[in-house]
Amino acid sequence: MSDPLVQVRDLEVHFPIRRGLLFSREVGAVRAVDGVSLDIDAGSTLGLVGESGCGKSTLGRAMLRLAPVTRGSVRFDGTDVAGLSGERLRSMRQNMQMVFQDPMASLNPRQSVETILTEPLRAHGIPYDATRVRRLLDQVGLPASAARKYPHEFSGGQRQRIGIARAVALEPRFVIADEPVSALDVSIQAQVLNLLDDLQEELGLTYLVIAHDLAVVRHMADEVAVMYLGGIVEQAGADDLYASPTHPYTRSLMSAVPVPDPAVEASRERIILQGDLPSPANPPSGCTFHTRCPFRQESRCHDERPELREVFPGHRVACHWAEEISSGAIGPHEVALTDLEAD
Amino acid sequence: MSRARTATRPDEPLLSVRDLSVRFGLRGQESFAAVDEVSFDINPGQHLAIVGESGSGKSVTALAVMGLLPSRGVQVSGEVLYRGTDLLTCDRRAMSRLRGSEIAMVFQDPMTSLNPVVTIGRQVAEVVQRHLKVSRSEAFERGVDLLTRVGIPDAGRRMKEYPHQLSGGMRQRVLIAIGLACEPKLLIADEPTTALDVTIQAQVLEVLKELVADTDAALLMITHDLGVVAGLCDDVRVMYSGRIVESADRDRLFAEPRHPYTGGLLRSIPRLDSPRGQRLTPIPGSPTQTIPWEQGCAFAPRCAHRADQCTDSAPPLEQSEGRALRCFHPLTGAASQQEAP
Repeated sequence: MSDPLVQVRDLEVHFPIRRGLLFSREVGAVRAVDGVSLDIDAGSTLGLVGESGCGKSTLGRAMLRLAPVTRGSVRFDGTDVAGLSGERLRSMRQNMQMVFQDPMASLNPRQSVETILTEPLRAHGIPYDATRVRRLLDQVGLPASAARKYPHEFSGGQRQRIGIARAVALEPRFVIADEPVSALDVSIQAQVLNLLDDLQEELGLTYLVIAHDLAVVRHMADEVAVMYLGGIVEQAGADDLYASPTHPYTRSLMSAVPVPDPAVEASRERIILQGDLPSPANPPSGCTFHTRCPFRQESRCHDERPELREVFPGHRVACHWAEEISSGAIGPHEVALTDLEAD
Repeated sequence: MSRARTATRPDEPLLSVRDLSVRFGLRGQESFAAVDEVSFDINPGQHLAIVGESGSGKSVTALAVMGLLPSRGVQVSGEVLYRGTDLLTCDRRAMSRLRGSEIAMVFQDPMTSLNPVVTIGRQVAEVVQRHLKVSRSEAFERGVDLLTRVGIPDAGRRMKEYPHQLSGGMRQRVLIAIGLACEPKLLIADEPTTALDVTIQAQVLEVLKELVADTDAALLMITHDLGVVAGLCDDVRVMYSGRIVESADRDRLFAEPRHPYTGGLLRSIPRLDSPRGQRLTPIPGSPTQTIPWEQGCAFAPRCAHRADQCTDSAPPLEQSEGRALRCFHPLTGAASQQEAP
């Protein structure tokens, strides 16, 4: 076994909260990412799932150093990206690219598609000619005539294709796709997901796919990590995770996704979570999920933060009671709303 | 469902929309039909879904029913009969009496549909005070009840807060509380959970489902999410480019989609319960690639079953076997079942 291409260790991204005008002082921090470790093997896809505010996008951005790393390391092919700066970081980025959520906001409306696609090449001093642009467009399924057009002349799905072409222009090895289809119409999403699949096969890419949509992640990923309030709560192979979700949060997330099939909708068990995501500036004590957890047990969940540990082979869960929940020894119970308000 | 439904006979539709068309365009310019020949009925207590992508005209249909479209540059024709009264021709005062008390609406984005400088309490109490003619303190108390019913903890305190102090899910609950404040007979919900996270979406849908069942209200659900439809609605209308292309009850539609667009949608969605790595079958092209309905089928440019006939003349909406279909070459029973995931 070769080493994983990307190794993240104890990564923390904290955004300081400052008070005071003249002598600003730090009064706290938003713990957007709070101690995350994960590995991504070359050529595979890791799916990162979570709801808004859980820190999944910040984690992705920090891995490319688009967000400041507070502590921890991000090793890409053996080099710690978190410790790099200046020219070395810049040249490192050639290998790591990003596809953003909203193609309208991430493409410069005043640049032609040709300029957009060649900008990364120029920035890294790579010589190119018109065939290179044509090949890129061809790879993402756009006609060569698209090169002279501007972003507003395309539909949403085509714009996302341009965003993807820009990300693969430098022939990177690692691509982070942050909500690649959530801004698109339903009938278009499948086109873009298939394109990402094809490119992975063709170019041997390694993906980190960040999404809130479990179905999208299931479709794309080999391995899935579920994030809640800055930390990973469960990580396993995709089939394993979807077949036997163990962490109470994963279970409720899974049961909340509507399935377009009336028979399935009518028959399946639903766990409906109470309350909202707590503030990452003031996370709950112990297990961060204990305030909303239908499986919570007295005192330990409140007092002690669970480690992400291997419960079954290749299946890591951050829950004190993972074994009991999985065997059915602990069942879900009602969560009183007053508990939520107290935190 | 044992409680008697008041006032309306069950066999008479509560709302009957007939040949509704909405055209946008300023004088002197060619107008554009956002909604074209749309007809549907909602019976008391029925849950009807209108499904479509952006630009299909589903929201404009809802706004036209509520009389919320601007008068400048918009031509609305057809009939919207609410218990026999045509909402398109009735006067404004009658309309505003109905709005809120008999027909209510929940919008997609609670941040833009709540007034940011007015407390939650006043916004909830306003509807109650206006339609039920009760005192201010009574309205406030009813407001607290309503917020408690939609699952907002510590409702008394929340009444004094402003919209920005609430989370997205809470704000959507407030909107539902306002919508159901006067126990309307018909609730129109326009993408009520699209702006929310999945676990919050599940909470809000649950609240909506419960309250609608409690008050025996009919529900018109406007959405793009077939998953939401599968769990909530009895009857479905699928819209494409301003017209209804398929209409059927829920079970029939999901089990056996006949219109190539409906079938394509169901096949292109990644599903939580489908085997991993299965390749998706997308609908080619994009919703902007249409031809005007007058010249043919608007879906023809993206359709795999397209024939010459489809681009020569417009397919009519034909009724058969409990469903209506606007297609010359529908998926046959066997093919649609086979192709469906």
